[in-house]
Amino acid sequence: MPASVRAIRDAVAARSVSAVEVCRAALDRIGAVDGALHAFLRVDAEAALGRAAEIDADADLRRKPLAGVPVALKDNLCTRGLATTAASRVLEGYDPPYDATVVGRLREAGAVIVGKTNCDEFAMGSSTENSAYGLTRNPWALDRTPGGSSGGSAAAVAARAVPLALGSDTGGSIRQPAALCGVVGFNPSYGRVSRYGLIAFASSLDQIGPIAASVGDAATCMNVIAGPDPRDSTCAPAAPEDFSAALTGEVKGVRIGVPRALVAQGSDPEVISAFDAAVATLAELGARIVDVALPHSAHAIAVYYLLTTAEASSNLARYDGVRYGHRAETATLAEMYERTRGAGFGLEVKRRVILGTYVLSAGYYDAYYVKAQQVRSLIRRDYEMAFEQVDAIALPTSPTPAFPLGERTSDPIRMYLADVFTVGANLAGLPAVSVPCGFSGALPLGLQLVGPAMHDAMVLGIADAYERVTPWSSRAPAIPPR
Amino acid sequence: MYESVIGLEIHAQLLTQSKIFCGCSTRTGDPPNTHVCPVCLGLPGALPVLNRRAVELAAQAAIALGCTIHPTSVFARKNYFYPDLPKGYQISQYDRPLATGGSLQIATGGLAREIGLIRVHLEEDAGKSLHEGFPDSDRFARVDFNRSGVPLIEIVSRPELHSAAEAAEFFSRLRSILVAIGASDGNMEEGSLRCDANVSVRPGGATAMGVKTEIKNLNSFRYVQRALEFELERQTAVLEDGGRVIHETRLWDPAANRTHPMRSKEAADDYRYFPEPDLPPLRIEDAWIERLRASLPELPDARRRRFVASYGLPEYDAGVLTASPALASYFEATAAAAGNAKAASNWIMGELLGLLNERGIGIERAPIAPSALADLIRLVDSGTISGPTAKAVFAAMYTSGRGARAIVDAEGLARVDDEALIARTVAGVLAANERAVRQYHEGKRQTFGFLVGQVMTAMQGRANTEIVNRLVRRALEEGPA
Repeated sequence: MPASVRAIRDAVAARSVSAVEVCRAALDRIGAVDGALHAFLRVDAEAALGRAAEIDADADLRRKPLAGVPVALKDNLCTRGLATTAASRVLEGYDPPYDATVVGRLREAGAVIVGKTNCDEFAMGSSTENSAYGLTRNPWALDRTPGGSSGGSAAAVAARAVPLALGSDTGGSIRQPAALCGVVGFNPSYGRVSRYGLIAFASSLDQIGPIAASVGDAATCMNVIAGPDPRDSTCAPAAPEDFSAALTGEVKGVRIGVPRALVAQGSDPEVISAFDAAVATLAELGARIVDVALPHSAHAIAVYYLLTTAEASSNLARYDGVRYGHRAETATLAEMYERTRGAGFGLEVKRRVILGTYVLSAGYYDAYYVKAQQVRSLIRRDYEMAFEQVDAIALPTSPTPAFPLGERTSDPIRMYLADVFTVGANLAGLPAVSVPCGFSGALPLGLQLVGPAMHDAMVLGIADAYERVTPWSSRAPAIPPR
Repeated sequence: MYESVIGLEIHAQLLTQSKIFCGCSTRTGDPPNTHVCPVCLGLPGALPVLNRRAVELAAQAAIALGCTIHPTSVFARKNYFYPDLPKGYQISQYDRPLATGGSLQIATGGLAREIGLIRVHLEEDAGKSLHEGFPDSDRFARVDFNRSGVPLIEIVSRPELHSAAEAAEFFSRLRSILVAIGASDGNMEEGSLRCDANVSVRPGGATAMGVKTEIKNLNSFRYVQRALEFELERQTAVLEDGGRVIHETRLWDPAANRTHPMRSKEAADDYRYFPEPDLPPLRIEDAWIERLRASLPELPDARRRRFVASYGLPEYDAGVLTASPALASYFEATAAAAGNAKAASNWIMGELLGLLNERGIGIERAPIAPSALADLIRLVDSGTISGPTAKAVFAAMYTSGRGARAIVDAEGLARVDDEALIARTVAGVLAANERAVRQYHEGKRQTFGFLVGQVMTAMQGRANTEIVNRLVRRALEEGPA
């Protein structure tokens, strides 16, 4: 059975394997591992096998770029005919009447959607422990988190249940779980991929991106999902690059900036040594390593939690029990709101809605929201200035490897610090990839590469060159049955 | 003495085919929730896309009102919870509106005044809560989202209106402009034009503003006038009694002819406005504004001035005839075909509008076409029928839809110029009204008119009035002194 996205597609196109066989293998693998992992909230075997059979029966479909490739979708991506909850009680049983733009593009490209993956509720979290439907375990160590918020997607790919999954990234939610699960995760430039149909957390930062076992597979996916969308006014109108064509394996002369001061802050020694080794590998490949400074990054977490909570408080106002999802039956309107939202939202979501409401309140708006926007501009400028000297910036993806389940659930500040290296790219709208770069004991680590806005292909190109000369991406965990 | 200070906030629905952020139809009158989609229902994941036509119409309104259109304006979210507000926020504009400044001229009591405008901005309408009409309406409210996402402009005046009459005049002039440029249909009954008023009073000569109330539900010129008259009187009475006006929202109740408190505003609403992250800033180029400016039709004010200058109409007539573009066009078509503007104006303002208003029919559906009315005017001007006959013919045209000539021919209504016949009738009338004749000779000259009237009646109003006048006068002068 072929394993990579490219190999599956070519085999299905050549009819050396059927899409139905590929789909059945994925469903079997999910059945074998998901009892231990709980990466999936919903698996739609019937629809997946039906679609796979259609692909096998249609020569045109078999030539499509993702023909027969099983794909898992984070549960905050709307799928017509397949319930979509964003891992929240408030959307329990909600059946969207439409497909997200990326979902439509995947379907058209011949992908077979097998199910919806677990995540932190409304993508708010860094461990997938904030799901209303139970936590997900890390395939490399079942007592650890897979990271988050796209933990289910990362775990599903790491466990080789699917070769490709989509996640969403607002402050690291694709890259951090990819790093913690030993797979590749890519956060595209803001505006490179349509957000239409992505259940919003923080609209000015949210992006959809692929999680895959290799950079090449992520690039193949980007070729399908990227590009302008008339339904998303924040989506860039320019035609996207050819992401696969950019994977030349060549990094000679590419200038890579390393913000030493930032990396040293609060990272595990093993994270730092793996990072240093990865940078050395890039140097050996001919890249030029340059010291850069991102002086305002110290404020990135604070800015991130002010702006994302502000936007979230407004984005989540629609979950009021009036039109869809959970509704508390009460005597008065005020009670309906209070009890629908009180019972429908989990603790972390409530914490952020309350924080965000406060940030936007009269008398606090200037001190928090406006100031945070100003600092966001400074952070963006830091990157712009750095990109005058370098082509990309290297950082660890996460300051620690996967942490034990339950370790940070009662300490939100510590949980938030898991995003210290990732939020900058979202605040500045930049493309950033996480690629496996070693282990801390049994736990995988990730190297992050951040590029200038709309230079997504170049970022993937550097990660691919690194991946070609290192063994890390090809390692898969052995999952004990449960 | 107290001075009234009034500012108006007017919401006008823009005449677009589709909603402001999605492709759903703006048509009204269809069953509930038939023009809805993920965007205007606020479904998870849906995103707004701005309707270019809505921006065009809003910009044209701003140009017509003399506003400054900003090259960059920003949409903002106004956050509040209400069942008919599907996203939990309204997409509006806040600190960077489409346009600011501008003014509107009003004239009350023969005095023209420029009323300043604060801003014109774009926003979306909410849905409609249905509290009655269903068997379980005692326990449930229903929501119709057909109106959700319909494009609106909000126009805010400066607090420079000083009477209920001025406010009503402002609202009326504003409506005329919006209708003339095709930005809005101005239909107040269906809610496509709505008015709220901020009202306060202060002692004469004071410069500080008094505490204001906001009056809602003013959906006709008459209501604006009556509600403000009531409210100004109420506030004045409160102050004169040594009380204090409460900062609150009040609802106009036309049946009771009074305003009622609706909710207190002592604790300010906090809508937590912030820039809409789903929409980039709206950028408008100067060249585009100039193209819109060039495509604007003649505005009511300019048309009124032209009616006075080129048709020689009195100011009053010109004002009435330019109240709506359809009426003004009706007049122009009639005047051109008849070659007699003053007569056209008189017929339209008198007979035609009288009948139309009586029956509640708009000029667009008048049963007499401008060319038909012009035919009637020409029959009068050529002397074929007399004035009084013309009125009867007009009435017949209105009810039957037949042409003036056809009616005159069929009913034999053409004017009688036969001097011998008229002279015989005059002789008969004078003989039958000896007392009036005597009074005339005694110096009571007004009986002349009475006698002429009697002759006209005797001849079913068809006699040539000039001849009747001459023959009655001659008969009286020749008669016994």
